[in-house]
Amino acid sequence: MKRLLEAYRDDRDLFVLTADLGFKLFDGFEAESRERFYNVGVAEANMIGIAAGLSLCGKNVYCYSIIPFLVMRPFEQVRVDIAYHGLNVKLVGVGGGFTYGCEGFTHFALEDLALMCSLPNMTVVVPADRFEAESVAAISLQHDGPMYIRLGGRGGPVIHDKPPDLKIGRPMVLREGRDIALFATGDMVHSGMRVAGMLSEQGIGTTVVNMHTLKPFDAEFVSGVASAHRAVFSMEEHNVRGGLGSAVAEVLAESGFSGVFRRFGIREEVLRGVVGGADFLRERSGLTPQRLYEEISVSMAEA
Amino acid sequence: METRSELLRYEETARRVRKSVLDMIHKTRSPHIGPSFSVVEILVALYFRHLNTSSGNDRDRFILSKGHACPALYAVLHEKGFISREELDGFAVNGGTLEQHPVRDPGRAIEASTGSLGHGLSIAAGMALAARVDRGEYRVYVLLSDGELNEGSVWEAVMFAGHHRLHNLIALVDYNRMQALGRTRDIIGLEPLGEKWEAFGWHVQEVDGHDFGALFDALDSLSGRKPNVLIMHTVKGKGVSFMENDVLWHYRSPDDNEYERALKELLT
Repeated sequence: MKRLLEAYRDDRDLFVLTADLGFKLFDGFEAESRERFYNVGVAEANMIGIAAGLSLCGKNVYCYSIIPFLVMRPFEQVRVDIAYHGLNVKLVGVGGGFTYGCEGFTHFALEDLALMCSLPNMTVVVPADRFEAESVAAISLQHDGPMYIRLGGRGGPVIHDKPPDLKIGRPMVLREGRDIALFATGDMVHSGMRVAGMLSEQGIGTTVVNMHTLKPFDAEFVSGVASAHRAVFSMEEHNVRGGLGSAVAEVLAESGFSGVFRRFGIREEVLRGVVGGADFLRERSGLTPQRLYEEISVSMAEA
Repeated sequence: METRSELLRYEETARRVRKSVLDMIHKTRSPHIGPSFSVVEILVALYFRHLNTSSGNDRDRFILSKGHACPALYAVLHEKGFISREELDGFAVNGGTLEQHPVRDPGRAIEASTGSLGHGLSIAAGMALAARVDRGEYRVYVLLSDGELNEGSVWEAVMFAGHHRLHNLIALVDYNRMQALGRTRDIIGLEPLGEKWEAFGWHVQEVDGHDFGALFDALDSLSGRKPNVLIMHTVKGKGVSFMENDVLWHYRSPDDNEYERALKELLT
């Protein structure tokens, strides 16, 4: 957000729209120029259409909201007005996966990656921490085309100590080991690193790949990493269908990978009648480092 | 004010456009002849008199939000020289050029891809906002159908434009009182339609959408303080007696016999 505000000061063609969310977040933008920042009201479909109109007149437009309201409520506007037109509009969504915890299902983002990865021209990026978000913000300013940026919540765990040299579409190998390849995205990258640490205490070597870009998806890279290991696991805070795990599975199936493979993500059975904070819901979904470590250990023992 | 003979020239253009539409739709067995015929005069009025159709950034923008009426738009763009005869012949054929809903193509003066109702007014509002911030000279025109006003997103944009006083935005409502499956008053009544727009802060003019003189007057008296809407009273299927005010012709494509009868009416 700091990066964006700096750019907003200097770039007369940069517009920022919110659909009445982000309390206090946009004060700096409003103070800088009220001509290029708009709270369009609780009207997401209109926000996307306005962004398209602005972009068709040469503007670089950022749209902000909580993920379900940003990409699912106006999905058809996103599909036609932004993606099909290939416009320079950045959709910045907060609340990946279970971030909103006790606020419940309406606020969860469980299907967004499946939806956004299926759209033409769309780039889909999931920063693993706030430093990566900063790197992605800088890249997004230069990127001419539609981009979906999936953020978690504030105060999430960090894996970097400064903004990394992140390249869109190029997976980031965070550690290397000989036995397991672990593909993770978003907040789950941090969990993946902890799991790798726990496995190494048992003498199991783990390669952790930060899949910060889901579209374009570097299938060749994934297949290459997988073939050098005897087990592959994917981790995401998203429906286990249609996100990272599905993408990895497609690559493995087509490349003839014959080792162990399991996807970790959210299964809809878990959602029924469960109330709790984000960490509680992750625990229930088996997405905490401890639970993941146990499941992976079982899979490795069976292999 | 146009003289009678000048008005006749516009009417002659409208007649040629209707004939093109009839040919395109008959040849390709396409739907939407009724909603295409009801917007012919407004399209001719815009493209042959009102819009700045230069290619520069200060050109006026026009969006056909009721994208299904694009045969009429293609025919008008052909008359204006934006679409060649060959391109027009590529309408709705395999490996052709033009779909049954418009695809953005600045070279052909098509500003946005439309066809899903309820998108155009928001896009137009965004363009109008860009024009305002850039101190641009251009205006943004968007043609909506009456059935399209069932879409909630339209009213989000109506509220937004009213609140921000986007006076360089002009909505044109093709109020032919029929939508895909029947009469608007039987499906989702729109009345009092003018008062609705007015209540949201728009400058409203009601006009006969087939009368060039009335359309020119309305387009010449736009408000410079509020967003503008022309509620155009029109006839679905206008120009061919047996298609007029008959919902059948929202989707039906004329057979050879109907084509000959329609052609005869258009030529006399």
